[in-house]
Amino acid sequence: MTEQRHLTDDDLVLHYYGEDVPRAESHLAACAACQASFTRLQRVMAFIDSAPAVEAPEGFERIAWARLQPTLGAPRRGWFSWFVLSPARLAFAAGVLVLVGASFMAGRLMPRSAPVAGGPAPHQTDAQVRERILLVDLSEHLDRSQRMLVELATADDTAGSFDLSVEQSRAEQLVAANRLYRQTAATTGDAAIAAVLDDLERVLVDIAASPKTMTQEDLDAVRRRIESKELLFKVRVMASQVRARQRDAIPVRSPQSTVGS
Amino acid sequence: MPHTDTAAVALAREGDSDAFRGLVERHSRAVYRLAHRMTGNPQDAEDVVQETFLKAYRQLGRFESRANFGTWLHRIAVNCSIDLIRGRKHQETGHDAADLDMLDSTDDQRIDPSPERLMLSTEVQERVTRAMDGLTSMERAAFVLRHFEGHSIEEISRTLGLKANAAKHSIFRAVRKMRLALEPFVES
Repeated sequence: MTEQRHLTDDDLVLHYYGEDVPRAESHLAACAACQASFTRLQRVMAFIDSAPAVEAPEGFERIAWARLQPTLGAPRRGWFSWFVLSPARLAFAAGVLVLVGASFMAGRLMPRSAPVAGGPAPHQTDAQVRERILLVDLSEHLDRSQRMLVELATADDTAGSFDLSVEQSRAEQLVAANRLYRQTAATTGDAAIAAVLDDLERVLVDIAASPKTMTQEDLDAVRRRIESKELLFKVRVMASQVRARQRDAIPVRSPQSTVGS
Repeated sequence: MPHTDTAAVALAREGDSDAFRGLVERHSRAVYRLAHRMTGNPQDAEDVVQETFLKAYRQLGRFESRANFGTWLHRIAVNCSIDLIRGRKHQETGHDAADLDMLDSTDDQRIDPSPERLMLSTEVQERVTRAMDGLTSMERAAFVLRHFEGHSIEEISRTLGLKANAAKHSIFRAVRKMRLALEPFVES
């Protein structure tokens, strides 16, 4: 009796993956319909296997290292040195930044309630205070990034080459911070900010991973990238929005007599 | 730069960043491939690569020198991908059974099924990528772990924090969707 009941699609999947399905072998040997179904499944699986995996873009190893290097502290060597070296400080700082960032973004995305008419001086919650701190950090980050982009765009390249060592070490620091801001924006669904930070990060990574002395050609390539994405403009706009937001975040005592009059 | 992973790990443990750089350069592409399969997009894959190497660096002291560094790294990458997927799970709308009909009838899934074009590996890759994009994050992770990584259902349920039955059903749903999306091309 049981031999005559067909195998389900799920049975066939389990059987394909070598899981134990009672009577699968014997049933397939005897049932043409199930055998045909199993063959179709095998064909699809073979088709999937024949698709090459998506490869990383060219030069990815270099980019991966440039992103990684600024975030590396000393490696942990064992239990004792784990406590002594405490490389977790950077991770902790990053975690705090992400948390602060998350509350900042959450604050941005939440509708702002109007000040209570005639109420007492506004008391800022911890989240609001954290938001203000983050706004200051983000604003500074954008200013520093902006300065670097301007310097590269206007660098004196008459000598045919350009010493990038100073910009490079600055870019390395900026990459790590930028990544945290970008991830926070992406996590909180702020696609516009994440997109600008993503463009910025790619240029910063390029700079960080470039040779210390750039040829005229390399420098032009970086400039083209900055120009094609209108990066400088976008970063400026974002910086000015953040500054405006900073001003809004400063608590203002509402004058009682003017409200509702 | 050391020729073997073992030698590079030993030096990296002592703080030799060039040695660790060698490991990053040697393994980052493989980690990216896995991460892209698991997450389905380049940006997330890049983030997983970053997290994977960062974790590996911080845990170098725990790495058993007799073990295979690539395998160890692979495990970390799987976990990082899962963390990322869990983090974004609340954001996705999901693709449930109702989506199967949509997948089945989507016009662009059926365009140009000529065998000549499908011979091209990029075409195949595109088809498979598109089919996998129709999976939810969890279905995708379960399917990748089972199909490409060869993990058992028990291992998958442990890795994904699901009951064995739920892990199994994620795989079933994933395979069902993949079949619906790809069978027309395979059979043509």
